[in-house]
Amino acid sequence: MQLPVYVGMVHAAEQTLADSLRQVGEGHAAESDVAHMCSTLAGWSDDHVQRLQPVADRYGEMGVTEPARLHAEGLSETRSGPVGLLRDLQDLYVLAALVQSSWTVVLQAAQGARDRELLGLAQFCESETDRQMTWLTTRIKQAAPQALLVPS
Amino acid sequence: MTAEHSSTTDSTLDSTIDRTRDPWGDRTPHDRGTVWPARQDQVLDTGLTDDDVDSWVQSACVLCSNGCAADIAVKDGRMVGVRGRPDDRVNRGRLGPKGLYGSWPWAAAEDRLTTPLVRVGGVLREASWDEAMGRVVETSQRLLAEKGPLSHGFYTSGQLFLEEYYTLGVIGKAGIGTPHMDGNTRLCTATSAAALKESFGCDGQPGSYADIEECEAVFLYGHNMAETQTVLWSRLLDRTHGSDPPVLVCVDPRSTRVAEEARRTGGVHLAPAPGTNVALMNALLREQLEHGWLEEAWVAEHTVGIDELRLVVDPYTPERAARTCRVPADDLRRAAEIFGTTDRVVSTVLQGFYQSHQATAASVAVNDLHLLRGMIGRPGCGILQMNGQPTAQNTRECGADGDLPGFRNWENPEHVAELARLWNVDELTIPHWAPPTHAMQIFRYAEQGSIGLLWISATNPAVSMPELGRIRDLLGGDQCFVVVQDLFLTETARLADVVLPAAGWGEKTGTFTNADRTVHLSEKAVDPPGEARADLDIWLDYADRMGFTDRDGAPLVRWRKPEEAFEAWKECSRGRPCDYTGLSYDVLRGPSGLQWPVTAERPDGTERLYTDHVFPTDSDYCEDYGHDLVTGGVVTPEKHKAMGLAGRAVLKAVPWQPPHESPSPTYPLLFTTGRTVHHFHTRTKTGRSRRLRDAAPRPWVELSAADAQRLEVADGDQVRVESPRGHLEAPARVTEVREGTVFAPFHYGYWDVAEGAGPDGAPRAANELTMTIWDPVSKQPVFKTAACRVSRVERSG
Repeated sequence: MQLPVYVGMVHAAEQTLADSLRQVGEGHAAESDVAHMCSTLAGWSDDHVQRLQPVADRYGEMGVTEPARLHAEGLSETRSGPVGLLRDLQDLYVLAALVQSSWTVVLQAAQGARDRELLGLAQFCESETDRQMTWLTTRIKQAAPQALLVPS
Repeated sequence: MTAEHSSTTDSTLDSTIDRTRDPWGDRTPHDRGTVWPARQDQVLDTGLTDDDVDSWVQSACVLCSNGCAADIAVKDGRMVGVRGRPDDRVNRGRLGPKGLYGSWPWAAAEDRLTTPLVRVGGVLREASWDEAMGRVVETSQRLLAEKGPLSHGFYTSGQLFLEEYYTLGVIGKAGIGTPHMDGNTRLCTATSAAALKESFGCDGQPGSYADIEECEAVFLYGHNMAETQTVLWSRLLDRTHGSDPPVLVCVDPRSTRVAEEARRTGGVHLAPAPGTNVALMNALLREQLEHGWLEEAWVAEHTVGIDELRLVVDPYTPERAARTCRVPADDLRRAAEIFGTTDRVVSTVLQGFYQSHQATAASVAVNDLHLLRGMIGRPGCGILQMNGQPTAQNTRECGADGDLPGFRNWENPEHVAELARLWNVDELTIPHWAPPTHAMQIFRYAEQGSIGLLWISATNPAVSMPELGRIRDLLGGDQCFVVVQDLFLTETARLADVVLPAAGWGEKTGTFTNADRTVHLSEKAVDPPGEARADLDIWLDYADRMGFTDRDGAPLVRWRKPEEAFEAWKECSRGRPCDYTGLSYDVLRGPSGLQWPVTAERPDGTERLYTDHVFPTDSDYCEDYGHDLVTGGVVTPEKHKAMGLAGRAVLKAVPWQPPHESPSPTYPLLFTTGRTVHHFHTRTKTGRSRRLRDAAPRPWVELSAADAQRLEVADGDQVRVESPRGHLEAPARVTEVREGTVFAPFHYGYWDVAEGAGPDGAPRAANELTMTIWDPVSKQPVFKTAACRVSRVERSG
């Protein structure tokens, strides 16, 4: 049974996303909307981590035995300037995509396992992650032309 | 400066009445369902009588969003007074104190700008139009060559005319091709537009002022109508003092005249703690569901989203909301019951909701209430998502703000193609690749220098925007070339690189549209002073000098006169919800006061939208696909199509979130800003009226009795109010503002007390303290919640 592996993965990925959102928000404090929204969205990921705890306790969390070829270690520091902001938002998007697809996997397994608690949780968290990604896409689209075309 | 004097030819008004003290004038009470009686208000300059007036010129007032029809009195080529037009549906002859005393004296003020100014060696000096425009064009062309179109930003107003906005929109969107266009309407009515788009798919006021005559209850959400729209308030008072009066419900943290009237009519005054509007609204929504007051069949047929709404509002019991909002639970129940058990309710919404955090969510909840009860599109059931400024509607519909003209959808390729055909330009020129850039972001780009030319017209961000220290720094810095076009050397103009003297109201011709879609023509009455020019002429001159052309090399802007610009706009509006094709200057010169859409099929205009309960939400037609109300993330075209709205309205609700800044031990109080009846915006006009200036000469700070006692502050003591961003000093007034809340009016800056753009001594502008943050959907800045502390500076003498 490999589900505990994925519970562990999504747990870790949510925590990484929460930390990285906070990191980007604080690193780009001069972009007021980014700072506040990152803080709000980090709260969502914190909430997901908390909600996962009972499931994690039930299944246990196993380390990944497959060779990990893509590391998602989160953002240790933020870049600066408009292009830096764009890159940081893009990194957050990649992290969120990892979280979302991990939830998709967990959701599928939860259906197979007839685990209603996990199913409900996975549906809720997946849809909130989708909303995080929608905001990131919206903000990236706004920032991209100015950052890439116009020198400050 | 002109001295003015109140006189009246009308038998219902005494000439000695000072309308600064009695802003609403005498009552003309009437019964429900009857026409609001006329009452003509008039004022002429000192010593003049009707016989002295050379001519009366048709116009409408631009000192609030009400759009009262008025005639300008002219004598010897000067504006010398004003009178209301009794036949017009908007005001039936009335004018408020700002309209009477503030409309015209500024025009002859000695400190009018009469020549262009250019900055040389750090100092502004007089220049010719050729020299000033030469500098603008040289900078503009250099930036276009070096950095491209995104180096240009335009920040306009809610004070100019439709013809000017449309011309600016075409220049910016098809001439230069920049998405960086917005108006100061972002500060006052962006949430009105956003809330209408979220619920109904498109901007456009559903209701009509005539609903006041038909209604049985009026809910005023963060709308101090008695001070901000005095004539509309008179209209309401004439109902509450007649037989069969409506019940009022007031939502406002201050105990205003509106709150008093709510109590007097047997309604409720809800005074929520600042920053808790959504919790309050969710409780009102929940009560409708809980008591079965919703029209289930209507909701099923004409809306989507009821199940999600139910889930969101379910936790908001009156008790829970009462704890969050700090209002009695029974008051919430009573307000909800009035809404749920009355057949005809008018709702009005303004800055208390629009300038708070979660602004769009709270305003959408007002729409939700009406949709749950099927109260829309019939007499007495108007939703008025009010505007703050007289011409804000035109800024929004003409594309002078971020939106595309004619309420077109930037995400809909066919809408963009329509504009490209109309203007005969490449579709790719028209910026439509991302959400339009809102004002706060434009100023951020200007701060960073990626916007290298910022052109500001008819607005004063150095007083009206949040966090003024930052705004002054970015406008005064070398990273961005700032052009300011205005009537006077405002605080903002003092920071500009080029100042262009503009003609004002009465000195140029144009049309504008009020908060209930009523279109008025305002004709030129007098010549502007010196070399001042109409804003339209300034932009046409810029377009000529820049040589903007269409695909075939013909001039992009093909009109010279306001009437020609209006005709061009009519084509742009054709087939859209704001269709003006049935209007013309000649029609507008007739009996005044037509509401758009006005078409060949509807030559008399349209009193109410959505009478058939079909909403402009269809994916091919709507102005916007909507947003996540919490994050502002945009709904994609695919998701919107999948919703299959087909003319149904959208119910949306979100959980309450605490404001961005909560009181702390260091800053234990909440600072909120607002308006007074005697001034408009940053007092550029009203501060030059002796009567209005004398009535409210300086700023003040309102404290509750409990807070005043704790701080050992007495009425009249000079106090210092400080937030993490700045401070102000002003005399204290101990009022019925709710405990923990500190209020200051935002009108006062420095033009009349200091030489520079900022304070010379203690600051006095409320926006020294406010935060740089905005609603995620409407992008309207938050002016209503900032943490602060108060200390006494000096005992009153």
